[in-house]
Amino acid sequence: MMGARTWAARVGRWIDDRLGVSKALGPLMKHHVPADAKWWYVFGSATLAAFTIQVLSGVTLAFSYVPSAAEAYETLQFISHDATFGRVLRGLHYYGASAMVLMVGVHMAQTFLFGAYKYPREMNWMTGVLLLAFTMLMGFTGQLLRWDQTAVWSVVIAAEQAGRVPLVGHALAHFVLGGDTVGGATLSRFFAIHVFLVPACIFLFVGIHLYLVLHNGISEPPVPGATVDPATYRAAYEARMKRSGRPFWPDAMWRDVVFCVAMIAVIAALAATVGPPALGKPPNPAIVDAYPQPDWYLLWYYAAFALMPPKIENYVIIGGPLVAGTVLFIVPLISNRGERSPRRRPWAVAAVIFCVMMVGSLWLEGARAPWSPNFKPEPLTADIVGATVGPVAEGARVFQEKACLNCHLIDGHGGRRGPDLSHIGSLLTGDDITIRIINGGTNMPAFAGNMSPEQLADLVAFLRSRRTAGAQ
Amino acid sequence: MTRDDEGLETEPGPGAPVLPERRRFLARVCVGLGAGCGGLAVPVVGFTLAPLLQQAPVVWRAVGKVTDFKVGETTNVTLVDASPLPWAGMTANTAAWLRRTGENEFVAFAVNCAHLGCPVRWMPTANLFMCPCHGGVYYQDGSVAAGPPQHGLTRYPVRVQGDEVQVRADPVPIG
Repeated sequence: MMGARTWAARVGRWIDDRLGVSKALGPLMKHHVPADAKWWYVFGSATLAAFTIQVLSGVTLAFSYVPSAAEAYETLQFISHDATFGRVLRGLHYYGASAMVLMVGVHMAQTFLFGAYKYPREMNWMTGVLLLAFTMLMGFTGQLLRWDQTAVWSVVIAAEQAGRVPLVGHALAHFVLGGDTVGGATLSRFFAIHVFLVPACIFLFVGIHLYLVLHNGISEPPVPGATVDPATYRAAYEARMKRSGRPFWPDAMWRDVVFCVAMIAVIAALAATVGPPALGKPPNPAIVDAYPQPDWYLLWYYAAFALMPPKIENYVIIGGPLVAGTVLFIVPLISNRGERSPRRRPWAVAAVIFCVMMVGSLWLEGARAPWSPNFKPEPLTADIVGATVGPVAEGARVFQEKACLNCHLIDGHGGRRGPDLSHIGSLLTGDDITIRIINGGTNMPAFAGNMSPEQLADLVAFLRSRRTAGAQ
Repeated sequence: MTRDDEGLETEPGPGAPVLPERRRFLARVCVGLGAGCGGLAVPVVGFTLAPLLQQAPVVWRAVGKVTDFKVGETTNVTLVDASPLPWAGMTANTAAWLRRTGENEFVAFAVNCAHLGCPVRWMPTANLFMCPCHGGVYYQDGSVAAGPPQHGLTRYPVRVQGDEVQVRADPVPIG
């Protein structure tokens, strides 16, 4: 027993001597970090851990996935339903992606709130912003590789957005589609981007990002009044590390490990129980019965296009990401000194709260999608209509035939695109109702010429009958 | 790395006086040769961007016989793209809405909403096209009825050859 252990130690020493592992990594693992850098500092490691899950599960999926426009869907069916652990792997890749997006966001919010982007860590932040962009690009292209109906229409939507760019819009749109239309060239291009190009960029920039973490040191938790002065910061930081720093391994790293393992456990549990998002209909652009929606991490952006005035859309499609990206990127160039504590930086706190609330509320609206017509409304029952013969009953039929029900609610049945008409009879006169039906509005078609005078009269009779209980 | 550099700097030798020039020359050779390899960018970039420059041929696709369509009705038809790649499979398909407006007159609309390109659906009893994505609505002639679209549905050219209705397989309408 003893002999075996000495033997193993000798082999270990030999390998370490020839490879120089501890010589190269020792100083990295033992570099000193602030003693009070605790649980707030785990999110960068968590992002990296999620990325590692993505590389592992992604490479494994690539063993079976065929990036061919005609066959990818079938290989996905095989992976999801037949391949051993295929469903779990797709789940790991999906929830790993979700975790990576979430963690990169939290990591960014934390470094911003702690003022950790200030001197001398400007480039840490800027490489981080690029990594955020790569992560979002991976999220979008990854959703497309799930080559179902939604993926095909997402490509078209992306091409339409690219097409709004002045001058080069058409060329960009063709670049996204890989030609004039969605077809054989589309998928393999996205595959190359998702599997080779962007991951290579991520590897490169993660390397630079980590090098910068070591080069500039981990920022100390901010204290109100302890301002950053580029003239004295580095010397003060070094003195502080000498005085009270702790070696990264294992004094600080255990928290990263605990948090990352907990995150991985959640990802694995979701992958094994809830499973990956179901495959939609086949990627046939001829099936128009489609309801394309992006995965959750882009849903808020998609929702913004339903809510913003159409006139400003062109500017927002191009300017929105451009301005947001540029502002984020140059944040440390705007202010790299002074207070770091969020208690003394109310505007920084307000900016984070604003972003979280904006994305959060757009996301909730996107999940409800009240602007989408309801294509499968529950029919109005005789109970709701309150009549089976006569103008009111006829009007209710017209209401459904003319697709009013697809956009308006009557007692909880129908769509949410337009106003709830359950009690419209108490609010508007017959003439008002008639004028609105005939002329329409910004978000309502004009029905003049689209229904007979009898139909219109019946419809108005039906709507006039929709009253609040007390007004009967 | 730096130690090597320092080592070279301080290394005495008979060639020392000419060394700086020789070093400059060698550095230039390396940079020049390396820059020459940049020529590889031509095939790489060319291959990736080629689809942008290709002009799709003008191709008409038969979508049915004239008698298959009733006057005043709007029907979903499927046509194959102008130049599908052999491995495109079902993705080579494109849908269009075909409306017979007269004895020999047809109008074909792209299914793509003029807002962001989602496929619009025809509601036959309401005589409206509705988009599922952001609620764009169009009248039967393709003009905007409601919602965010800024212009009507794009039309594909249609022709009648003999008793056959043909739609031109145009690119996805952009912008």
